[in-house]
Amino acid sequence: MGPLQFLTSATVTIVAGKGGVGKTTVTAVLARAAIRQGLRVLVVELDGKPTIERLLPGIEVLQLSATAALAEYLDTHGFSRVAKRLAKTGVIEVVAAAAPGIDDIVVLGKIKQLEMSGDYDLVVVDGPAAGHAISFLRSARSLMDTIRGGPVHTQAGEVAAMMTDPARCQVVLVTLPETTPVNEAVETAYALEDRVGIHLGPLVVNGVDQGGVLPAESAESGSALRLAAEFRNARRTMHATECARMADELALPQIHLPLIAGSQLSADDIEKLADAFLQVSAQ
Amino acid sequence: MTTLAATTLAEHIGSAQIVVCCGSGGVGKTTVAAALGLQAARMGRRAVVATIDPAKRLADALGVPGGLSNEPVRLTIDGPGELWALMLDTASTFDGLVRANAATPDQAERILANGFYRNVAGSLSGTQEYMAAERLHALHDDKRFDLVIIDTPPTRNALDFLDAPNTLTKFIDHPLFKILMLPTRRGLKVLNVAAQPILRTIGKVVGGAALTDAIAFFQAFSGMETGFRQRAEEVMNLLHEDVSRFVLVASPRADTIEEARYFADRLQHSDLSVAATVVNRCTPTFGELPASRPGDSEGAALYDNLAELKAAAVAERTQASELLADEAVHTTWVPTLPEDVHSLDSLDTIRGLLFDSASE
Repeated sequence: MGPLQFLTSATVTIVAGKGGVGKTTVTAVLARAAIRQGLRVLVVELDGKPTIERLLPGIEVLQLSATAALAEYLDTHGFSRVAKRLAKTGVIEVVAAAAPGIDDIVVLGKIKQLEMSGDYDLVVVDGPAAGHAISFLRSARSLMDTIRGGPVHTQAGEVAAMMTDPARCQVVLVTLPETTPVNEAVETAYALEDRVGIHLGPLVVNGVDQGGVLPAESAESGSALRLAAEFRNARRTMHATECARMADELALPQIHLPLIAGSQLSADDIEKLADAFLQVSAQ
Repeated sequence: MTTLAATTLAEHIGSAQIVVCCGSGGVGKTTVAAALGLQAARMGRRAVVATIDPAKRLADALGVPGGLSNEPVRLTIDGPGELWALMLDTASTFDGLVRANAATPDQAERILANGFYRNVAGSLSGTQEYMAAERLHALHDDKRFDLVIIDTPPTRNALDFLDAPNTLTKFIDHPLFKILMLPTRRGLKVLNVAAQPILRTIGKVVGGAALTDAIAFFQAFSGMETGFRQRAEEVMNLLHEDVSRFVLVASPRADTIEEARYFADRLQHSDLSVAATVVNRCTPTFGELPASRPGDSEGAALYDNLAELKAAAVAERTQASELLADEAVHTTWVPTLPEDVHSLDSLDTIRGLLFDSASE
């Protein structure tokens, strides 16, 4: 699959994965790559992370919170007088507890509205906070069962229709080439397919230490050169092994993004990773 | 405070009764918590490590094949002390608290059977953190253990239980709860939902059944706030005593350090301080580069690799130190392992890296 094909196969791409795997990085890379392909791109940030704007100069970013989305929803559904008060007093928490998933459904409803607007070729969503991916993505189906009528039921139905249509919505799972993150990605992938019925795009493996085996034994035993080479080889082996194991367990194409040294990614690093992304996905 | 700040991680583990580990996801916080527990047991203490992470990471790190449950299990380790572990089940901890605080068994049963309560117990934000604090209290009172190590959830609100006790449980102090309870205090036992515009609105949005459940819950809960609040105050006092320590866990990545600093500010806001910082998963250092880059391709490849890792380690250390900014707090730098931690043996390697190497 070419990069353009992947980036345009669905209007909404939801980037999901556990905390610390680099969802925000992957969101930024997909957005940058799509811009390079001449697409009209919107980034939706759900976690309230300000970093994404720094990583993507010149790209439109929408910070979307459940509170704001619910207020807007109520406002446009004839509850404008109490909408502000509800949002301000934090009653949304109780509403969400009374009908779990309602906070998620208003967020997804807003994303659906952006998708339907026709203003964007690609809406990349920096996925929900760690651990919530499945319940977030399942919220439409759960709510259709618990709330039998009214505006929320209708909304849930429309969101479910979007999410189960592979031409409109796909999920990109992000993971790291390590044992626990791979196990979690495999579990999440099965849960999403079985319980949500959502289309899974390629898996993105972040921070892969690429390169061949270094000739460690040609350096003196115990030397810094030898230890460094052994460390690098062991890590590359682990990364390759974990990617292969994931390929065995999940029949999804994988896109590997290279490891970038340093403690803080910059907008330049995102450009480099977008290069790498466009190159590997073209293969 | 200066004496506490200069204390090493090993000294904290030797003297504390409660250690709270906080940090963002993906930094190996659970592994560090488990390694602290292992060290404590090696020092002859009876330590219990409690995790909230439902991802079975603690079970993985400890090599417990069947996973962990809400009840502590004892692990087989070398050394004079004991190491126990458990995975906190928020809902059953909440159930226990309801039973303990209800005026009558009937009140407890009404609450436990309520649909709204079942949702709250499992999902309302803040509940998980509050139950962790509650469990911490109970484990601290448990005579089997002399050290409790808590691995907090990897979210920004992990320390929400530090809020003043009067805002501790969101639902008790929730506006809706107050709206519902006000007429009760005035003696109007039968609540007229239709008379409350805000409730009518919620009812239209979520459906009548969900709202009825919520109202029934808040009414059944009436009178239990005092017990909850008192317990919350006890937890707060315990955390402010010298027996409690807060350990921040980060990785050299800027975003995880920003989270660690957020937690440090959060603690300060509650008049608490960070006892020690652990920067986990650092690029390891291997020694000096040879004087010149060899001409042969093999030698050059090895040289370049060492140079690359060295540059990465230096950059991480410089950037992370700048971000940490608090030189008074003891920081331990832990190099990353080429493999994942998922057995007691590899956990022991991490323990060694945390405690045996000289760090400053």
